[in-house]
Amino acid sequence: MRVTVHLPGLLRADADGAAHVPVEVDDDARLRGVLDALTRRYPGLDRRIRDDRGVLRRYVNVFVGEDECRGIGGLDAPVPDGADVRLLPSVAGG
Amino acid sequence: MTYLLVIGTRKGLFTARSEDRRAWEVIGPHRLDAADYASMASVYAVGIDPRSGRILAGAESSHYGPSVWYSDDAGSTWHEPDAAPIVFPEDTDGSLTRVWQIAFGEEPGVVYAGVEPHALFRSTDGGLGFRLMRALWDHPHRPEWFPGAGGGAIHTVLPGLLASGDRSPDGMTVAMSTGGVYQTRDAGANWAPANRGVSAVFLPDGEPEFGQCVHKVAAAPNGVMYLQNHHGVYRSADPAGEGWTAVEKGLPSNFGFAVVAHPRRPETALNFPVLSQEVHLPPGNRLGAYRTDDGGDSWRAMTEGLPQGPYFGIVLRDAACTDGADVPGFYFGTRTGDVYAATDDRERWHQVAAHLPDVLCVRAAEV
Repeated sequence: MRVTVHLPGLLRADADGAAHVPVEVDDDARLRGVLDALTRRYPGLDRRIRDDRGVLRRYVNVFVGEDECRGIGGLDAPVPDGADVRLLPSVAGG
Repeated sequence: MTYLLVIGTRKGLFTARSEDRRAWEVIGPHRLDAADYASMASVYAVGIDPRSGRILAGAESSHYGPSVWYSDDAGSTWHEPDAAPIVFPEDTDGSLTRVWQIAFGEEPGVVYAGVEPHALFRSTDGGLGFRLMRALWDHPHRPEWFPGAGGGAIHTVLPGLLASGDRSPDGMTVAMSTGGVYQTRDAGANWAPANRGVSAVFLPDGEPEFGQCVHKVAAAPNGVMYLQNHHGVYRSADPAGEGWTAVEKGLPSNFGFAVVAHPRRPETALNFPVLSQEVHLPPGNRLGAYRTDDGGDSWRAMTEGLPQGPYFGIVLRDAACTDGADVPGFYFGTRTGDVYAATDDRERWHQVAAHLPDVLCVRAAEV
């Protein structure tokens, strides 16, 4: 199946400037698989969004459709075919 | 001669240049990356490689994590290695929080990074890629090292130094909060604590073998060391042997974070007292450095050129340094964003910068 990952401006430099990245994954893919496919294509993105243990960084939010992933299973959240996956910096820092 | 001062702050990296160490041109915050996501990162560690002139900066973006950036043109342009420069091996279950210290070995290209969580990494390519020094990570004391208020980190790395007159390419002294001082004599294969005499006011055993909250250790060129503890200022010519001796007479407080050793004279050091563990303010609400010229037997205030009114910014553990010049320059920055410089031949501070974000670290060199 195919999903589309939308990147915030600050991360596009690590994705050759792409704002929207179509990603092919298995039909039963979870969010982890989507991010794995994304970062295989753009390895420099991985350290921005996940730490050394593969844990999603605290202030990076990932929405599957309208749902922030932490409320629907985190990296194990199901991702439906055709979904829009949005990476957004959280309201934090300053 | 041109002098370069690199200033890491809570929000970005600055540099300052001077021909006379009195008048300074300050530039920054530098753009670490084209998207500017890291340009506002907290810069906890900087280093100027004495062999190549490369500047390394350990910075932490609150959103996108920590990394190490480098500049080979004195700060004009910055780069990040293509691959993450510091990564914990999978089997450690560790993850880099931030880099606290960058230090340079004597061998070409060797750079050390002390990091949070408590760990030491080593690079052999000038700081582009690092590997975990495994024996210290696997040390049996590790479960008993816990984070101080600033986090659990190795914040002091002194390659080659063990004691007065004992300089060895396979030796190294590190310090951590908490944990204390550890030394290796075999290039990191084995590590032993070296904290005899250093207090731990927060533990039932006031002088344990390890577990102290050492805030900083500074080494004179002959290996004599000065230690700023979580309450306690100490000196040692042999930490693993005779241990540490309190040297606090003349200081308004024995609490603090930063200490700097003179790069030529082992009996001279600078200290930046903080009132107490409960009150992180300058004693008497007055900004002041204190200097000893007798190995810590006595200290005197060194305040000419500093604000004489109430002042509330303290000096953090890496926010003071020397440039190591023949006539050494000393530098410090405060949490209220002021940076000062003085030269050894004239004990008067000159303001380098004002109103910066909180100064976390400074390093200086002749370039």
